[in-house]
Amino acid sequence: MTTSAGFLTGLTEPQRGQLLALAETVRFPSGARIFDEGELAERFWIAEEGSVALDVHVPGQSPPIVETLGPGDLVGWSWLFPPYRWHLGARTLSPVTARQFDAAAVRDRCARDPDFGHALTCAVGSVIGRRLRGARARLLDLYGPPRGGGR
Amino acid sequence: MNVPQPYQVVGRDRETADTVTLTLEPVGDPLPAFRPGQFAMVYAFPRGEVPLSLSGTTPSGTGLTHTVRAVGPVTSALAGLRPGHHVGVRGPFGTPWDLAAARGGDLLLVAGGVGLAPLRPLLLRALDEPRDHRGVALVVGARTPADLLYRDQCDTWAQRAPVAVTVDRPEPGWTGNVGVVTTLLDRVPYQPRNTTAYLCGPEVMMRATARDLVHRGVPASRVFLSLERTMRCGTGHCGQCQLGPLLLCRDGPVVAWDRAEALLAVREL
Repeated sequence: MTTSAGFLTGLTEPQRGQLLALAETVRFPSGARIFDEGELAERFWIAEEGSVALDVHVPGQSPPIVETLGPGDLVGWSWLFPPYRWHLGARTLSPVTARQFDAAAVRDRCARDPDFGHALTCAVGSVIGRRLRGARARLLDLYGPPRGGGR
Repeated sequence: MNVPQPYQVVGRDRETADTVTLTLEPVGDPLPAFRPGQFAMVYAFPRGEVPLSLSGTTPSGTGLTHTVRAVGPVTSALAGLRPGHHVGVRGPFGTPWDLAAARGGDLLLVAGGVGLAPLRPLLLRALDEPRDHRGVALVVGARTPADLLYRDQCDTWAQRAPVAVTVDRPEPGWTGNVGVVTTLLDRVPYQPRNTTAYLCGPEVMMRATARDLVHRGVPASRVFLSLERTMRCGTGHCGQCQLGPLLLCRDGPVVAWDRAEALLAVREL
């Protein structure tokens, strides 16, 4: 009884193989900072196990978490678009195993193989779209008190 | 039964800052048995009447459990009741959750906010009848950790079935998921083509969830939503709860997505 969704399902089997050929498996302990807001986005990850929090630097307080990611999720998309700098920070909430990719190598592969590049860009775009829809839905404060009051 | 019957409050549990669960027992003859997904019109004297879904059963079998969030004058009056107080109850009204549709397959329950209340009796029944289904999973979204309903029970349920919880706004100390409920649809196990899904929460959340589930392969005819419009009479006469050809107090509140999708896309409805 399993589902098989996740970032990689946006690619064909051969494209998945091409991408994973560029990956190495890495492990992070719980509480590790993976990247910080404003840093160069030189790598990205696909989580396999564990949980990752995306957060924002706010002076004087611990970074508020804006979203959590889990197995199958793409960790980071700023590596694909100029200026290649992280818009958020990321830290692990538990021990995490992930596939790690060198961003420059993947971008180079995209430039040399337009079909692969298009598919990967679409897959990343789909992730960005889902996160944008989620952020907008949360802006609506759907679970808050009904606007205009209730009965 | 369309005449309010007197029920006495015999239990009151505070769930969150603005939400309580009331346990009611009949003063006289009980109303016909309610099924999970159906609702009652509950009268708070002298404020008025509101629809409340069944959120549980009682050991006596004749009582009713309703979880009410104080958002207006009637619901605030109900939330302020104490054991010994009386209410008037009409019902049962509406269509129940179709548990038979899930026989032999996976059940996926997706709740948002107080939408967990109408799903709770369905979950409890499914957990009590494990041989009827391949598996049961629960996904819950809430505004903040403090707004999570039945928090202790969620821990108990998680020992018997996969339960995934997420919040929109974490508070200090929260170590769970942050994000919308649709982000959790890949975090619990189910086989989409063999799954029956039950959704209850804000309509925007249910639409997004239904679309995502159908995209994953869950048949639209097996995605059930609990829809809400202004319920008044409860008997399909006043028309206040009309959604196109449906009168939701009679033809709903539980409606399958293959029927609801087009209706919910009409802005005038």
